[in-house]
Amino acid sequence: MSVINIEEIKAVMEAAVPGAQMEVILNPSPSAQHSLLLPREHALELARFLRHDATLCFDYCSNATGVDWPDLETTEKIRTKTTVDGVDKEVEETRKTLRSGYLEAVYHLFSMEKKHGPLVVRMRTADRGANVTLPSLTPIWRGCEFQEREIFDLYGIVFTGHPDLRRLLMWEDFKDHPMRKDYVEPSEDDGTTLLAASAEGGTAV
Amino acid sequence: MDEDLKIQLGKQGVFTTTLEEVYNWGRKSSVWPLTFGLACCAIEMIATTMARYDLARFGAEVFRPSPRQADLIIVSGTVTKKMAPQVVRLYNQMPEPKYVIAMGACAISGGPFRDGYNVLKGIDRYIPVDVHIPGCPPRPEALIYGFMELQKRIVEQELTGVRRPAHTVVAAPSEFNVPEFGEHGLEPPMNPTIAPRPQLVQINIPTSVQASPTPAEKTTTA
Repeated sequence: MSVINIEEIKAVMEAAVPGAQMEVILNPSPSAQHSLLLPREHALELARFLRHDATLCFDYCSNATGVDWPDLETTEKIRTKTTVDGVDKEVEETRKTLRSGYLEAVYHLFSMEKKHGPLVVRMRTADRGANVTLPSLTPIWRGCEFQEREIFDLYGIVFTGHPDLRRLLMWEDFKDHPMRKDYVEPSEDDGTTLLAASAEGGTAV
Repeated sequence: MDEDLKIQLGKQGVFTTTLEEVYNWGRKSSVWPLTFGLACCAIEMIATTMARYDLARFGAEVFRPSPRQADLIIVSGTVTKKMAPQVVRLYNQMPEPKYVIAMGACAISGGPFRDGYNVLKGIDRYIPVDVHIPGCPPRPEALIYGFMELQKRIVEQELTGVRRPAHTVVAAPSEFNVPEFGEHGLEPPMNPTIAPRPQLVQINIPTSVQASPTPAEKTTTA
């Protein structure tokens, strides 16, 4: 299998792990590198299948990284034609939809033995606040250990089943997750920023 | 000492000098830097010491592996917040008289990483810097020029009087505060005794005089 067909893999995986419902996330760019969204509760089983299946045999995880998706409010305008008092009128409506935010872990898998890949799999947390746990895939691909630690450090995803989940880059007592979109750096004003603010006509804080 | 008398005596084969001059000449001609590099600037620093640029011509070829034997620390590269306490600690361990060169944009101000969460916005927040060398990274010539500026400072240093070095003053601090890892960043974010920062002062201009204030008039620095 040289060219990976993501739909085929999805079907094989869903057949192998009963009850697992996956979603194909399409990549609209020319690279068309589509990815599979693994459900949290079946992710470990699915990963084990990907690793050990004779034809898929994804024995190498080249990269694990995180993505922060904050709450997103999208507005779309819908035009509807209605007839009021026998006159055709076009009414414009604005509809707002709120997608609640979540954190995402992305893994790039290759097969050294079969010489194919990459297969991109993702996992999403329930939200960005209290429920930020995902199953660790380190038991399947040992190379994920430090990268999952980095995701834990910078995005705050808690990986259950990780052998040694500590911060990797920042110090132990550090409380923030700097790669999250809503991270604000603590004010460390030394006067130079104050001068810049007053020169631009802004208010100095 | 009178320069004319010095020349006259010199013609007679008598060489006169001051202890200060000899002492400072010796010190400036044999500066021992610390073997210490942080990022790409360190590569330029290494190049400076090698045959093509040859920092040995200025008497600073003996890079010491221990701060106890060094009297110059060239902060060459990005100082991360995780590294900053160690840099201050190394500086504290050096014997007096000691000097600091901040080499490159990162060591001076954080450089291109200034807005990052993990980079210190200039090493002069925690230790006193004698020479700042701008550049990203500075070329070896720039480091040599900065080093020569430092030599000028050493020669000009007086051993007695009001301008005598800080380490001869008993009351002057000999160690600088090592910052600690806080919950959101380094604690404290800077040592205000090292380099006093400009303070913003609000000046209230009477409204009758003031026609249309520009932002620059409202706030000014002292």
